[in-house]
Parts: sequence; structure tokens; C-alpha cells
Amino acid sequence: MLAHPDLTKLIFGRLTLDALPLHVPIVLGTFAVVALGGLVLLGAITYFKLWGYLWREWFTSIDHKKIGIMYMILGFVMLLRGFADAIMMRAQQAISFGDNAGYLPPEHYDQIFTAHGVIMIFFVAMPMVTGMMNFVMPLQIGARDVAFPFLNNFSFWMTVAGAMLVMASLFIGEFARTGWLAYPPLSDIASSPDAGVDYYIWALQIAGVGTLLSGINLLVTIVKMRAPGMTLMKMPVFTWTALCTNVLIVAAFPVLTAVLALLALDRYAGTNFFTTELGGNAMMYVNLIWIWGHPEVYILVLPVFGIFSEVTATFSRKPLFGYTSMVYATVVITVLSYLVWLHHFFTMGSGASVNSFFGITTMIISIPTGAKIFNWLFTMYRGRVEFEVPMMWTVAFMVTFVIGGMTGVLLAVPPADFSLHNSLFLIAHFHNVIIGGVLFGLFAGITYWFPKAFGFKLDPFWGKCAFWFWVVGFYFAFMPLYLLGLMGVTRRLSHFTDPALQIWFQLAAFGALLILLGIACMIIQFAVSIRRREALRDVTGDPWNGRTLEWSTSSPPPKYNFAFTPLVHDHDAWWMMKKYHYRRPLDGFVPIHMPMNTGAGIILAGLSFVFGFAMIWYMWPLAIVSFAGILVVAIAHTFNYHRDYYLSADEVRRVEASRTELLASHV
Amino acid sequence: MSAHDELQHAHDDGHGHDDLGIHATFGGYMTGFVLAVVLTVIPFWLVMGHVIAKSSTAAVVILALAAVQIVVHMIYFLHMNAKSEGGWNMLALVFTIVLVVITLSGSIWIMYHLNSNMMPSMMDPANLP
Repeated sequence: MLAHPDLTKLIFGRLTLDALPLHVPIVLGTFAVVALGGLVLLGAITYFKLWGYLWREWFTSIDHKKIGIMYMILGFVMLLRGFADAIMMRAQQAISFGDNAGYLPPEHYDQIFTAHGVIMIFFVAMPMVTGMMNFVMPLQIGARDVAFPFLNNFSFWMTVAGAMLVMASLFIGEFARTGWLAYPPLSDIASSPDAGVDYYIWALQIAGVGTLLSGINLLVTIVKMRAPGMTLMKMPVFTWTALCTNVLIVAAFPVLTAVLALLALDRYAGTNFFTTELGGNAMMYVNLIWIWGHPEVYILVLPVFGIFSEVTATFSRKPLFGYTSMVYATVVITVLSYLVWLHHFFTMGSGASVNSFFGITTMIISIPTGAKIFNWLFTMYRGRVEFEVPMMWTVAFMVTFVIGGMTGVLLAVPPADFSLHNSLFLIAHFHNVIIGGVLFGLFAGITYWFPKAFGFKLDPFWGKCAFWFWVVGFYFAFMPLYLLGLMGVTRRLSHFTDPALQIWFQLAAFGALLILLGIACMIIQFAVSIRRREALRDVTGDPWNGRTLEWSTSSPPPKYNFAFTPLVHDHDAWWMMKKYHYRRPLDGFVPIHMPMNTGAGIILAGLSFVFGFAMIWYMWPLAIVSFAGILVVAIAHTFNYHRDYYLSADEVRRVEASRTELLASHV
Repeated sequence: MSAHDELQHAHDDGHGHDDLGIHATFGGYMTGFVLAVVLTVIPFWLVMGHVIAKSSTAAVVILALAAVQIVVHMIYFLHMNAKSEGGWNMLALVFTIVLVVITLSGSIWIMYHLNSNMMPSMMDPANLP
């Protein structure tokens, strides 16, 4: 620290050495492990001289496939962090009965459940869903990249910057103790004066920029860049769900940005939007954040419905049953998802008329969702179903999601909600649909498209181990919570007095342990698959006998995806091409116009991280400098005219010829 | 993209400009400009001249003129019509309007009920039945 206190305060704001968790052994231990792991990783990268490779081939890449893979890696790493929070909560609740206070002090426990929710929604589910759309969708519509390749890279790094801020809160200062939506008046400056809520606000605002821009990007890609012949009603179902999801993102995320900006004004500038005085109204915050929050649920689950549709059709060896009804169901859900937000706060007191309206709209939304379930069932009916790992996840999803959907309809009845609201029944319900729906779908998608991304399949044995541990673990972890909720146990408690409840929490903790084994199996699966990659190699580019265009190109696809833009005559385009004995063009290649890599995205996101950190700790000079830096870099990037190049026809011929050779050697 | 595609694109782009229609002309911009000025001057005059005695009526008239102003901007400056971008612009506009109406009217409806049921005045003994 500097000798001059005023100068110290100017530079470091309210950040002092006290903000470091030197007196909390658990956090200090975690920090030591993370720091050691990080040093080993950085050391290994330096030792193997990988920095240049990573920078050139990945960090600055504007290839939608690589960005998609990086999104998935971010999501998986954050899943480990979010799950660490989950298992800590399960352990605390399993032992904290009567005289035993557990091992987590309440203020620490409150941070953990907040961080768990924020991380799992914003930095696990969102990156994974975005990554999936990023990787698969352009391939499915026969495009060479997304509409704005640089924007894509920038969006990704902004998401990373937000995730880094949440991670930083673990070791510098603290995270919010408000629950994952930070309701005022608890999140107001009077009740939460420390940096926790500011970490929350800035992490979500910075990541939100990335989400919104990526939504616009993917939306434009689908509208403008489909292969000739691919009319809307010939798009693969995953692309349809991606379209609707990105419409939802573009329409909903500005609401989140605005409401968090208002909360930030309350905290920083002394305004009174959501305070309890001078006409402020905290209920308005709850109303606004759920106008974003409910569509967000569908932002996560719609693409996953798309994944299940692709997987079911592929492994049942049949066209999807009821393609048209599937599309209309998706569109109806898109619109209806804006008409149900009040069901998250039935108990706030808006009265019978309002509650009935939103209760009924909520029940209506289960109709198109149910139609989808029947479509998948009828696709399987009389199909030649192959129970590969992605199909196993799909079947587990159908069973689990129906249970979650039914408890959801139960909660949609306002009188029932009055007794179940804020109870563990609600917790069980939304984990039931998010794990059983979103996560199972993402795992199905990862297994399904992994060979497309890397050129070899994932090892099925460890995939099945992961599957069984996850599914059984899920039921053990969350079915007891339904019971506890019906018995009236509320959420977010770190201590209980009634010993009769303990057995249920111990069962739930056992379920969490099974899920831990499931995650361990996944990591082993990745390691084993990389080691056995030659045995698992996919040379055809079409390892599952797929139906859509992404399987027509090689695995992994060349930089340019398709040497010639495919012509589409029907949905299930690749299936039709195979049926009519499509022959790959071997000649007549032309130069391909490609976008050029740029480091502007990662630099802008790095500056945004610094800006966010400075705003959190009131380091005003640093905030001003970093914000100016963001503007300068952004403007300077507009003068970068080296944005594209032509991949020569010879290069394309060479790449395509090597694929021809590969195909010929494995007939 | 291939050279052929490039040509195709150039052609598309040219075509796209044609699609902007008759409004993308000097005359179109002038019409829009004049209409925008007129629609700005009238509210100014209404307020400064105290033309309408009742302030709530004046507010409604000004809001109506603002709505017309939005339409003028969209038609003459943003070149919106039912056909631009193959109908996507119109679809996006309709969807946006639907969502804005849902959000605003829903919030007003909900907040009205919340305020009358839950705000402190309700707890005031004078207001109890």
C-alpha cells in the first residue's frame, strides 16, 4: 500500500487487503489449489510452446466451429465450478441439524447458492447452448460461417470476461448474497453495501453484451445465409429452434440489461427506482426481471428440443414425425413465453384476476410442449431405434422432463403455488426441467456432434457410465426435495431443527455424489476417447448415418465447411442426397472468400473485464482509462482493412483431394 | 465465397437497393423531412400556445402525433414496407410491437393491482373497510 491514504483510495477505491480471504481457511485452500492448477496449466502451455498456437488458431479465430468449441469448453469448466457449489450446499444441508451448525457459516452459504444459480444459468447453460448453435447451425444450413464472424469472436470473449468476474469474486471480496436474481431491497446499497451485488451486476452486464450480439449474429445468419433451396419449412428442426431462441434472446436480453442498469443506478448514483422510499418500488424490479427471466427459460430449452429432434430422427432411422407441428409448436412457445412471467410471483399480491390470467397462460404453454413429446414418441414408434449414447440421453430426457412438466403445471395453479412457492418443491421442479431437459439435451448433443467437431467418436463405455450415474444421481438428488417441499421446507436454508428431515437431505447428498461420479466419468470419457482416437476415428464424416447437411462434409469440417454451397430440395437434405446417390464434386474448385482472424475481440473483452473490476471496487481513474481504451480499440478496429482473404482454388483442391483419398482408403 | 457467388452478391446488392423502392430518392427524403418537421411543430405550438385547455387531452394529442411521427420515420427514413427484405422487416416490426404492447400493458396491469393491494396506504387504518 502507498503511504498516502488519499492517493491509495483514489487508485484502489474500496479495495483493501481485507478483501482478500486471508482469514477464511476454506477459501484460502481453494485459492491455493486453483492457483497451483492454474500455474501448472500456464507452465505446461509455456513449456510446450503452445501460446502462439493458441493465440493464432483459437483465441483470435473467427471460425464459427472453433468459437463453438470454445463456448462448450467454457461451459464445461464453469459446470465444474457450479457443481462444486452444489455439492457444498448438499453436504451442508445433510449435516447441519440441531446442534451441528455444519461447516459453512450463513454468509458464506448465501454466497454459494447465489453463485451456483448465476453460474449454472449464465455461464454453463447459456455458453453451452450458444456454443451448440454456433457450431451446428451454420453447418446445417450449408453456410461457410456466421453473418458477422468478428462479432462472434467478440461475443464469446465478452462471455468469458463475465465468467472471469464471477470467478474473481471468489478470491477478491465476495459474491452477492441475494439469490440468483438479486431482488431489491436486499440488493440495494443500504442492505448490501459490499462489492457482492456489484460483481453480480457487472458480470451479467458484460456477459449480456456478448449474449445479445451473438443472438443478433445467429439470427441474421439463419435469415440471410441459408443454402439455396432451403426455404423456412425445409430448415432442420435444430435450426428452427435456434432461430426462435435467438429471436427470444434479441427481444428479452435488453430488458435484463435495462433492469440491471436501473439497479446499478440505485446503487451507484443514489436514484430510487427500486428502493423503499421516495416513490421507489421493488416490486417493479421483480416484474421486469421476470419479463426477461421467463423467456430465458425457453432460450435454454428450445435449442435442446432441437437437439432431441435431430437425435431421435437419426437413431430411429425415420424422418421426424410431424415436422410441421414441431415447427409450429416451437413458434407458439416462442410467443407464449412472453405471456406467463407473473407465475414466478403469484404470491406477491397482484390478486385473483391477474393470477388467474397468468395461471391459465402457463397451463396453455404445456400443450405445444406436450405435442413435441408425442412427436418424438411417434418418431420412435416403429422406427429401428439404435440405443447409442445420444439416444439414451433422449429417452432419459423424455421420462424425466414429463415429470418436471407435470410438477410445473401443478405449480401453475395459483392456490397450489401459494403453498409450494419458495419451497424445495419449486427447487426440485426447476432442476427437474433444467437438468432433465437442458443438461441431458446438451450431453446428447455433445456426444452426437463430437465426431463432427473432432473427427472421432466419444468412447461409448464411459459415456454409458456417465449416463447412468447422472440419471440415477439426478433422481436421488431431487425426488427427496419434492417430498421435503410438500412437507413445507423452504429453500435457501443452511440449518434445520427437525431431525426427521435429515434422512431426506442425506439421500439428496448421496444423489449429488452419484452426479459427481457422472461428471468424473465424463472427464475420463474425454481422456480415454482422445487416447483411443485412432480406434474411434470417423473417416466418412457421417458416423451416425445422419440426415442433415452437417454430415455431408468431412469430420472435422474444413475451414470453409463446404467446397461448393449445397443445393437443398427437401428437409433432411443429406438423407435425400444419399438416397439419390449424390457424388462429391472432385473438380472445378474456385477460390473461397474467407474472413481473417483478429485479436480485437479478446482485447476488447479484456478491457471490459478491467472496466467491470474497476467499477466494482470504485477505482474511478482505472474505470475511466479502461473505458476510453475500449472506445479507442473499437474505433481503431473499424480502420482494420485486412479482414478477408481468398483461399486459393489449389488449396481447396488439395484439401478435397486428401478427403477423397481418405474416403477411398476406408470403403 | 466463390467468384461466382461474388457476382451473384453484387447483383443481389444492386437489386436490394432497388427494393428500397421509391422512397430512397431525394423526393422521398424531402417528403419525410417535411412531414417530420410539421409533426414536430404542431405539438410545439400546442404546448407553447396553450391551444388545448385540458392538459390530459393535450398529452393524448401529442402522443398520437408522436406515434404518427414514428410511422413517418419508418416509412421515409428506414424504408419500411411490407416487401422489404422479403417481408422480414414487417414481420420483425409486428413481433416487436406485439412484445412491447404485452410488456407495457402487462406491467401496467400487474403494477396497478400490486399497488392497490400491497402498498403501505393499504395498511393505513383509514383505508381499511
